[in-house]
Amino acid sequence: MLEEIQAIDFVIVELNLYLDTHPNDFEAIKQFNDFTEKSMKLKIQFEKKFGPLMNFGKSFSNYPFNWVDTPWPWQV
Amino acid sequence: MFTQYKYWYPYVSPHDPCPPIKIKSYSTPPQLYIAFQPIGLPQFPTAKEALMHGTLWPQLYSPYPNPQKRNEKS
Amino acid sequence: MVWYYEKKLQYPVKVSTCNPMLAKYLIEQYGGADGELAAALRYMNQRYTLPDKVVGLLTDIATEELSHLEMIATMIYKLTKDATPEQLKAAGLADHYVNHDKALFYQNASGVPFTASYIQAKGDPIADLYEDIAAEEKARATYQWIIDLSDDPDLNDSLKFLREREIVHSLRFREAVEILKEERNTKKFF
Repeated sequence: MLEEIQAIDFVIVELNLYLDTHPNDFEAIKQFNDFTEKSMKLKIQFEKKFGPLMNFGKSFSNYPFNWVDTPWPWQV
Repeated sequence: MFTQYKYWYPYVSPHDPCPPIKIKSYSTPPQLYIAFQPIGLPQFPTAKEALMHGTLWPQLYSPYPNPQKRNEKS
Repeated sequence: MVWYYEKKLQYPVKVSTCNPMLAKYLIEQYGGADGELAAALRYMNQRYTLPDKVVGLLTDIATEELSHLEMIATMIYKLTKDATPEQLKAAGLADHYVNHDKALFYQNASGVPFTASYIQAKGDPIADLYEDIAAEEKARATYQWIIDLSDDPDLNDSLKFLREREIVHSLRFREAVEILKEERNTKKFF
């Protein structure tokens, strides 16, 4: 599942950079928002299983506070 | 279309101490030939493929090392 | 809150060969002149004074470079975390070990520590953007040379990804120059 999220998020980053210099590309914006929705949905699933991907109010926490759990990205 | 690698033939001196490399190459990746990415370039069909290539658009992809692998040794 | 950290790498990093020597070369992209930290800081710093229309681009590329820094750190960490002092010595990392044990440090492949002198901010948008284009080309080249030195196909896969990202960044900075040239929508009257 992480691989799928990485792929979707990568397209989002690519489109984001592209849109920074092509702000009037309507189709690209549609695609960007489309992928953003896909990413959000996948992450809700992912986080239910594996815990929060982000902190500072961008993801929900379980009890005990699992943001601090391993693995960190460099340990995977 | 453009080629991603260019070749040149460095001067070889009869006094060179080491076996000479007769052909050298350098990378000429896509950004040299695209001043401004046109709208509507074809994309890789899946997000996974895009991730694997490092870009969403095949025309921006630059293989390394040189897939032609011309013999750069003497 | 200006920056958030997402607990995942942009691209998976797999290292299949136990070869701590590669860590010595990879650190060039961690703390070196044309590495990911230099890139991120350069763009972050320039963006306060660049014209508004390109600030978004600089912010986004700087953020992506930080995520690349995390990938490089991951590679170095995996290659050195289980190394014995003897293995580190054989890999040419004894000098590093004496000072840092296995801790990472912002330095280049020769051990020269990172310095702000690696970056420039001239305040002139064209000068600054051309520095950014040059930085991306230099980073691309550095990845080429590290790939040449590495015989780990999994590691090289991630390095090729990073090299391709530099190519796309270079294109975006070139586009930023075009945007600032403001000739794109000019109607030419003859």
